[in-house]
Amino acid sequence: MSRKLGTFVKYAFLVVASILSVFPLVWMIIAATNKSVDVIAGKLTFGTNLLENYRNLIALQPVWSSFGNSCKYALLVTVVALVISSMAGYAFEVYKSKWKELGYTLVLMTMMVPFVALMIPLFQMYSKAGLLNKAIGFMLPSIATPLLIMMFRTGAKSFPKEIIEAARIDGLGEIRIFFQMFVPVTKSTYAAAAVVTFMNAWNNYLWAKVIMSTDATQTMPMLISNLISGYVTDYGVLMLAVLITTIPTAIVFFALQKNFVEGITGAVK
Amino acid sequence: MKNKGNFAQKQNRSSWILLAPAMVLILMFSIYPAVKALITSFQTGAGLNMQWAGFENYARVFKDKTFIQSLKNCIVYLIIQVPIMLVLALVLASALNDRKLKCRGLFRTAVFLPCATSLVSYAIIFRSLFATDGFINSILVNLGVLDQPFNFLSNATAAKAIIIIALIWRWTGYNMVFYLAGLQSIDYSVYEAAKIDGATPFQTFTRITVPLLKPTILMTAIMSTNGTLQLFDESVNLTFGGPGTSTMTMSHYIYNQAFMGVPNFGYTSAMAFIILIMVAILAFVQLKVGEKDE
Repeated sequence: MSRKLGTFVKYAFLVVASILSVFPLVWMIIAATNKSVDVIAGKLTFGTNLLENYRNLIALQPVWSSFGNSCKYALLVTVVALVISSMAGYAFEVYKSKWKELGYTLVLMTMMVPFVALMIPLFQMYSKAGLLNKAIGFMLPSIATPLLIMMFRTGAKSFPKEIIEAARIDGLGEIRIFFQMFVPVTKSTYAAAAVVTFMNAWNNYLWAKVIMSTDATQTMPMLISNLISGYVTDYGVLMLAVLITTIPTAIVFFALQKNFVEGITGAVK
Repeated sequence: MKNKGNFAQKQNRSSWILLAPAMVLILMFSIYPAVKALITSFQTGAGLNMQWAGFENYARVFKDKTFIQSLKNCIVYLIIQVPIMLVLALVLASALNDRKLKCRGLFRTAVFLPCATSLVSYAIIFRSLFATDGFINSILVNLGVLDQPFNFLSNATAAKAIIIIALIWRWTGYNMVFYLAGLQSIDYSVYEAAKIDGATPFQTFTRITVPLLKPTILMTAIMSTNGTLQLFDESVNLTFGGPGTSTMTMSHYIYNQAFMGVPNFGYTSAMAFIILIMVAILAFVQLKVGEKDE
């Protein structure tokens, strides 16, 4: 009897948790298809106002240019960060030395520095170097991050050293060993790192807000933030913009969900 | 011998080629600005006209009522939200670790799903749900719980509670994934043995799951503390820091001070370093507490 009750409580808990987790997203999607008045009235069925909301949205904000910016910044950051940070993580693990351990400690310590402390010196540096409103400016601080370097160092730990030795005997250069042996074998670490980096870059609102000041260079998070600054909110239009902002991260999330869990398992161990 | 020496030299050179790009970037975009901010925090003035000010900026921080308010807000978020979220994540993870559970994958995906939303997006979704003309109010009025819509976002306590609810919604699944991953490295037969010995689910949870997951719990606690002290997107987009400054976070206040109105970079850098000191102290305390229990 008590075991049955326990099972019931467990399922009830999981069902409630799942509904609460999914509901705000479902509501967002439904709201994007409805008129604002219907959203306010609490309507919970799909409407027919999607196209109208879309027309109003593109009249208000340059959605596709901002969407393009966000995609461009996030993809560039992800590709370059994976290459550069994995090289460093691998080197820290495979070629250990006193100096490198010191360097690694320094890298880990930067994790504690809050971004608001870096933001002002970086802003001043960028104004001098003409990096404001530039994609490359957005990318540079996100390429070599302690989290990624740590993830790849953990990945390199479980990479069999015999492979490296064997490749050396075959006369393969060190850099080629990295690209031809390590990279293909640690795919799941790369996948997990790609999810984390893409999400962080897409979500990076503060940094974008600091350096991107024109409509032509703004990102999607900045765009939806601009939509709520008016007095009257059109919920249909707003939720459509939120939906568009969510689609790329949702795709990455579903495509790589399994690898993310595997990669994290590797990183935590 | 000579040959071997060349080999080691070659390896050493290659290792620095692999390391150099990342190290140069970290030096330029983390360490240099951090040192510069530290120096600036002891200076006063603007632009090229900076003068040494000693601890003046730091003394001013503790007299700044808005900063103290934002500090208190972050501490409230930290001590209420982080424990609730981590306990929820642990309970969910141990429920989902049961191999006989039906629809495991479905539940896991559902609870993890909020992580797919961007931070500004979910802040705006929660702002809309709890607005005076929002969904929650229309349901409460229709059900007769409220006579007229309640303006949650203009009530200091309610607004803080909404930020906390939103944070729990967004991050519980994220932490759960770390625990699930940690649980996978625990031999499942331990759980089966406990069941045979007649352990209740509660005992299994407190005596097996929690102690074995301790390193993971410690890591998530440090990550969440760090994240909570640096909250920005939610404060800016969910409540606009209001009503007044009653939900404003430290990062939000620092941003406003630095980029809205007349900037005083010495003062804002000092405030940023207060966050750094707090992050460092709390990480240290958590590590010490973690060690002591072992």
